[in-house]
Amino acid sequence: MSDTGIGARMLRKEDHRFITGKGRYTDDINLPGQAVGYFLRSPHAHAEIKKIDIKKAEKAPGVLCVLTGEDAAADNIGGVICGWMIHSKDGSPMKAGPHPVLAQGKVRHVGDQVAVVVAHTMAQAKAAAEMINVTYKVLDANVDPVASQKRGTPQVHDVASKNTVFEWELGDKAATEAAFASAAHITSLDLVNNRLAPNAMEPRAAIGSYDEGEDHYTLYTTSQNPHVARLVISAFVGLAPEHKLRVIAPDVGGGFGSKIFIYAEEVVCLWASKRAGGVPVKWVADRSEAFLTDANGRDHVTKAELATDSNGRITGLRAKTIANMGAYLSTFASSVPTYLYATLLSGQYNIPAIYAEVDAVYTNTSPVDAYRGAGRPEATYVVERLMETAARELGMDPADFRAKNFVNSFPHQTPVIMCYDAGDYGASQKKAMEMIDYAGFEKRKAASARKGKLRGIGFSNYIEACGIAPSAAVGSLGAGVGLWESAEVRVNPVGTVEILTGSHSHGQGHETTFAQLVSDRLGIPADQVAIVHGDTDKVQFGMGTYGSRSGAVGMTAISKALDKIEAKAKKVAAHVMEASESDVEFKDGSFSVKGTDKKMAFGEVALSAYVAHKFPTSEIEPGLKEGAFHDPTNFTFPAGCHICELEVDADTGVTEIVDWVAVDDFGNVINPMIVEGQVHGGIAQGIGQALTEAVVYDEGGQLLTGSYMDYCMPRADNLPSFKLGFTKTECPSNPLGIKGCGEAGAIAAPAAVMNALTSALGVKDVPMPATPQNVWNAMAHLREAAE
Amino acid sequence: MYEFEYHRPKKLADAVKLIKSKKEGKLMAGGMTLIPTMKQRLASPTDVIDLSGLGNSGVSVTKTKVTIKAGTTHAEVASSSDLKKAVPALAALAGMIGDPHVRHKGTIGGSVANADPAADYPSALLALNAKVVTDSRTIEADKFFKSLFETALRTNEIIKQIEFEIPARSAYSKFPNPASRYAMVGVFVADFGKKGVRVGVTGAKGSAYREKAMEKALTADFSADAIAKVKIKADDMNEDIHASAEYRAHLVGVMAKRAIAAAK
Repeated sequence: MSDTGIGARMLRKEDHRFITGKGRYTDDINLPGQAVGYFLRSPHAHAEIKKIDIKKAEKAPGVLCVLTGEDAAADNIGGVICGWMIHSKDGSPMKAGPHPVLAQGKVRHVGDQVAVVVAHTMAQAKAAAEMINVTYKVLDANVDPVASQKRGTPQVHDVASKNTVFEWELGDKAATEAAFASAAHITSLDLVNNRLAPNAMEPRAAIGSYDEGEDHYTLYTTSQNPHVARLVISAFVGLAPEHKLRVIAPDVGGGFGSKIFIYAEEVVCLWASKRAGGVPVKWVADRSEAFLTDANGRDHVTKAELATDSNGRITGLRAKTIANMGAYLSTFASSVPTYLYATLLSGQYNIPAIYAEVDAVYTNTSPVDAYRGAGRPEATYVVERLMETAARELGMDPADFRAKNFVNSFPHQTPVIMCYDAGDYGASQKKAMEMIDYAGFEKRKAASARKGKLRGIGFSNYIEACGIAPSAAVGSLGAGVGLWESAEVRVNPVGTVEILTGSHSHGQGHETTFAQLVSDRLGIPADQVAIVHGDTDKVQFGMGTYGSRSGAVGMTAISKALDKIEAKAKKVAAHVMEASESDVEFKDGSFSVKGTDKKMAFGEVALSAYVAHKFPTSEIEPGLKEGAFHDPTNFTFPAGCHICELEVDADTGVTEIVDWVAVDDFGNVINPMIVEGQVHGGIAQGIGQALTEAVVYDEGGQLLTGSYMDYCMPRADNLPSFKLGFTKTECPSNPLGIKGCGEAGAIAAPAAVMNALTSALGVKDVPMPATPQNVWNAMAHLREAAE
Repeated sequence: MYEFEYHRPKKLADAVKLIKSKKEGKLMAGGMTLIPTMKQRLASPTDVIDLSGLGNSGVSVTKTKVTIKAGTTHAEVASSSDLKKAVPALAALAGMIGDPHVRHKGTIGGSVANADPAADYPSALLALNAKVVTDSRTIEADKFFKSLFETALRTNEIIKQIEFEIPARSAYSKFPNPASRYAMVGVFVADFGKKGVRVGVTGAKGSAYREKAMEKALTADFSADAIAKVKIKADDMNEDIHASAEYRAHLVGVMAKRAIAAAK
């Protein structure tokens, strides 16, 4: 292993610029003559717009234009779309209400954009926005997803009767009912998967710039997938054809899914630039806007049941979930509570029959879409809470109950679409139990009790499907796009390399890991490799970064392009060294001729390819540049075992996580340091969901958690020092043998915490987030017993 | 933020003159609440009179008495070696306010004048039987905190300093709001020996208040057991997404017991 090859703990190349303040984010970019856009947003959760009077605002100092939904309609600016079609049980397509870029006729959540003011300065724009007079007829709001489908609940969209977007099912209903009918025991849980705000460190931002001379648009935006943004803005919004629109996503400060989606503000900045005569229009969300308008995550209400036989074997699982979509269907919203959720309800276990029903509903709240894990944390929460609860009810050790039901042979076809390709779940659990000293738990619990603390331990044996692809599969399930990835390898004449990738790094460290792959393959140092991404004018096309796909899919595309580079370089080297191509070997960065001392470094071959003096250009084209598109044959299935140990202060309800072990199987690992960082961050977000975070609306649809005064992010003092371990089964569906790692922590963590907490308190459930108040409420039985 | 005029007078008399001459003037003693409020356009003063130019800061400790000038930052209070010896609880309290940025900008005068129901200082002022000295008079802490963000200060009155006698022992126990880390409940207990025990509570109600039933019990017997039977009523406790009235009432008891155990 070289210092910069696969498996090296190489420091991140990009960090120098990030930690010295030299990163270049959208807000760091200022175009000549740039104006600002300010969005007037709805103060009401649900209201008809009777009239918008912009006359005074248009004449205010510094104002270039004021635009409303009426203008958007007049200019044929289409709405933003949901790109994943889901069909209901009865075969009918989902009911997607219109999502105009500026509200038309109605506002549907607090923060819905009503008008945009473009002015020279933000102060001028805000002053003018205060002069806009909007006459609303306030309507009752529908805030509770469970009440959404009831008669008499206010209707969010006319097209969606009873606020129902779809009533979807997956699995074999009859077989599952039969399993439950003959079960020896049924475990039942009512679970709420709390709504989360993504809170990327960099709020969303956009600059739209229209060039009248070229009739061409440029969008700088905080996007995880600039090519998809261009595709949607071209094909669905209809602003400009793709060759007339360039989308640049420069440095992006975190996304966690919330920057996958195509948002109205991006479209409005582009369109407003044209309306303002080609003046570039910049909008940067403040944190309050982020809380009101970034797509949220999770928000499921589920009744889940597990059937077991008299030997402690699982015979069936069923779940009925209500998924809150918010006021509009965001870009991939419909896929999250369906194919990214119910397809993972088999967990790591042999479950012969599974049946899931999901009703997606509209409410007068901000949209909900993918957030780190997207559907898989919800599935893991259902499965792992059921497993732990069932084990307790059956009087079995939770580890034994799991082990008894593990999938042990591969490939394993689950009853819910997924075919697990490789794994060793027992190995991860065994290692995790050793690392946390599971056998010593009772002793530690007794020690805690002597301090007046309640101690608990909980498992979460997650599995997830990531490296989201293959195209034909996702297409058959309703995706509007393919989910392959592209790469181009450009070798310069001096042997340095530029990699153009359709993946997009917004914290993942691609500039480092992708360079490590190239370093490993071509035998050149990683600092001779540049990674180019995030610009539709540079990279031909790509699908972006989400679903832990950039390693498994994006790097495989690079690897395939490198195969082609190697093959061509070999041809060139053979000619230059006057040898037969079959005698040329490539190893450690140099080409040599078998049985001779003839040798050429990679850089020398690159130069030879470009000067083209020593090979017939009629047979071999000059230059050294290759591209590849990669579409894998399956998802990748990372899995592992997380164990959480915690103490509860019985007087106050404060929970302290005292130990955490995570043993993950990510297959082959490119950079262990980066992978560990991903696991740490994921667990932190998962603990945030379990203990601190929740988006809360009041009955009228006003957001109660609109700032960090009330929305509680996890902080360093909420987190233990994580102990990480790894097991390895190579992923068979990509040549690198790697699985995704970016979401695993967030997927695994909530169930581990809540299993530990319920074990500490001796209760069946505590609502997430398990804030001190919620825990104190859950301890009422203990106080009563003490009295 | 709307536009405003900024002033930074060097003398108290000039500050008084300025605030009286402005139609919608606002005094700023750190700005830890005022500036965010202005940024959100919830406040729109025509003039901001920044008191940081007065040089009115410092902690002085005699054998029996502590005086803290109004412009003293939380960081200065937290790090005063004299105060750490005389009333360690108050220095510790100041060290728990906000974050390092807040502690280096926010001042005791600003906090007291703002009377945020979840601020830490008001509980200490009540428990320490402090006097609030202004440019025109002296106000007892008991008469100072009126209700939510409301004090006995008259319009344009400026706090000069806070004074109090040194208790035999004291402690502050804070249960922070998980999100904001303001006090969800904070209890300051001060034992003045023969003069009795005083218990100041913040975060629990619309305004900081004294828990007199506890004071009575503790004056007789300064121990956690002594207040075990004191019933804290939830009736007029604050309620929000973080804590119900019942939970807050419960925490008042728990924090009081912890303060008693920690008092020194």
